[in-house]
Amino acid sequence: MNIHEYQAREILESYGIAVPRAGVASTPDEARQLAVDLGGRVVVKAQVHAGGRGKAGGVKLVNSPEEAAEAAAGMLGTNLVTHQTKAGGVPVRKVLVAELTDIADELYLAITMDADARAPMVMASSEGGVEIEEVAADSPNKIVRVAADPLIGLTAYHARDIATEIGIPINLVRQATGLITNLCRVFQELDASLVEINPLVVTTDGRVMALDAKIAFEDDALFRHKEIAELADPEQNDELEQKALDAGLAYVKLDGGRVGCMVNGAGLAMATMDITKTAGAAPANFLDIGGGAAEDKIAEALEIIVSDGDVEAILVNVFGGILRCDVAARGIVMGVRSTETQMPLVVAMRGTNAEEGLKILADAGLNVTTVGDLGEAATALTQVLGAASSNGENS
Amino acid sequence: MGILVDENTRLLVQGLGRDGTFQASSCRAYGTNMVAGVHPRRGGTKFEDEVPIFETVTEAVDATGANVGLIFVPASGAADAIIEQVDAGLPLVVCISEGVPVQDMVKTLAYMEGRSSRLLGPNCPGLIHPRTRAKVGIIPGSILSEGQVGVVSRSGTLTYEAVVQLTELGIGQSTCVGIGGDPLHGTTFVDVLEMFENDDETDAIVMIGEIGGTKEQQAAEFINNHVTKPVVGAIVGQTAPPGKRMGHAGAIITGVAALASEKIRVLREAGVHVADSPAVIGAKMAEVLGR
Repeated sequence: MNIHEYQAREILESYGIAVPRAGVASTPDEARQLAVDLGGRVVVKAQVHAGGRGKAGGVKLVNSPEEAAEAAAGMLGTNLVTHQTKAGGVPVRKVLVAELTDIADELYLAITMDADARAPMVMASSEGGVEIEEVAADSPNKIVRVAADPLIGLTAYHARDIATEIGIPINLVRQATGLITNLCRVFQELDASLVEINPLVVTTDGRVMALDAKIAFEDDALFRHKEIAELADPEQNDELEQKALDAGLAYVKLDGGRVGCMVNGAGLAMATMDITKTAGAAPANFLDIGGGAAEDKIAEALEIIVSDGDVEAILVNVFGGILRCDVAARGIVMGVRSTETQMPLVVAMRGTNAEEGLKILADAGLNVTTVGDLGEAATALTQVLGAASSNGENS
Repeated sequence: MGILVDENTRLLVQGLGRDGTFQASSCRAYGTNMVAGVHPRRGGTKFEDEVPIFETVTEAVDATGANVGLIFVPASGAADAIIEQVDAGLPLVVCISEGVPVQDMVKTLAYMEGRSSRLLGPNCPGLIHPRTRAKVGIIPGSILSEGQVGVVSRSGTLTYEAVVQLTELGIGQSTCVGIGGDPLHGTTFVDVLEMFENDDETDAIVMIGEIGGTKEQQAAEFINNHVTKPVVGAIVGQTAPPGKRMGHAGAIITGVAALASEKIRVLREAGVHVADSPAVIGAKMAEVLGR
């Protein structure tokens, strides 16, 4: 789960990490007032769950409260399109108004989980304020990596080493050491999957400060962080993805595909997506209906797929185990009836109660081609897509 | 003898809720020797009127000589259950639970360092040895057939797909192992490949990987240096975009190495016979075996 910069900033502050003075505004007037309070010269930053805001016009440096209000008015209520968002962008409902900081040096600091090291990995660099991917590509030796011990956290001497390596001035190493250690506490104690400060700055008056803040949390651990779960902003998500999330389905919308996929199990779902390529098409989505789904949840999954305007045919692949095929079939029938879709379905059902499931689909008189395995699914898909596009030409 | 489970398996099941009960029952029905159940409030009762239930894992192991633990407890308590089974000295701990927080797993794996238990999972379908009808987990026994191909996979239902393809072509399986879809798991591809290489019952290996992480690369390196038996591989997620999690917590493309195309390349370089699509895993093995 992602949160906004202004929320991440508050979390960092509560862990004793220095951040610039700032406030959050929902209207141009609020932005103006904040700029007055902060001394006039401020930065106005659109609050969206996407990177690349600067280049997209979502970050503006201004010299007066009036300009702050203008900048806020230009962002609030619009959709910001960055290289990380979908074509339509994401809505801006709030802006962060922060005091300007006199910067002596820009650095980079982040922590993620490293599956190979089996530990939280601190990554730091003397090259801040630019995309870390570029630093990694151009000068990988400028990125310092230190694993934190999963059981005892990051030790002070490790944090000191990192601070020294990225060029923190000697008189500020103690301050930076505290900041790095605290950031690791944020990562471990709050079940983050990423904490990133870019840039981490050294100011001309000798402070080490987080000028930006990005935190992502692990969805699987939100059950023990209710206060963080409440920071979710559904509006920042794709509409269909949010609907799926609310229904407890693992769904990802994919751009450019026209085959809706409905599968149980993530690995089989990816395999089924890949099969659409054999049929000369591309998947419109990833969807794992999971193990213990009930009929209404499967109906909802079908409704989500059908409501995706890109979808022309639906490929269902159910391997009955905990989820029985007859339950899946009844859910599909329910979904087709409620959406009144005429879309062709290609269905593979194997495992528990497969025959009963296929019979339920056949008896319901749906537009279904049943297949025995993935290979047959590809062939059938080619046929129904061919028929769908020639129908399209005729009409 | 199977690589991890066989006729000597004495199964303990922890987490006898709705799903755990159903699955434990199907393990028994397949032929697995379940010797104990663990439930904090049902100690002294019996599972299906036959298998004694204990309040703690240590009690259960002491009383029954259980040697494989199977965990179905909810994700929030799964790490605790793994540690309880490790402390009780179970040599093999299989955790089916899905959605275990990564921070729990990273700590649990650190705790297990220097202790003798092996962990399979979490978020895995478990494993099965058809010859001795030993099933520890949720892999449907009906799709397997006895034979000489070892199967190892990160996925559950995709493993079944591959097994069905093999069985339909008359190619039986020695042991089938699901290592799980999470980025942090106990037993790895390399561990299982090493066991299959040293297993007299296994003549060839199917390895099914997916996008995300670098575990397939580690497997490729190991195959190149240590595996003499033919390996058929498949990597799913070729149509997945970068930066999006495809259900499995580990299935997310975060760099070049995580791409399906890159994994396929390194596996081919290591001499693995990579199936062009997940629909032809069985056919590829038939070709390799000259059938």
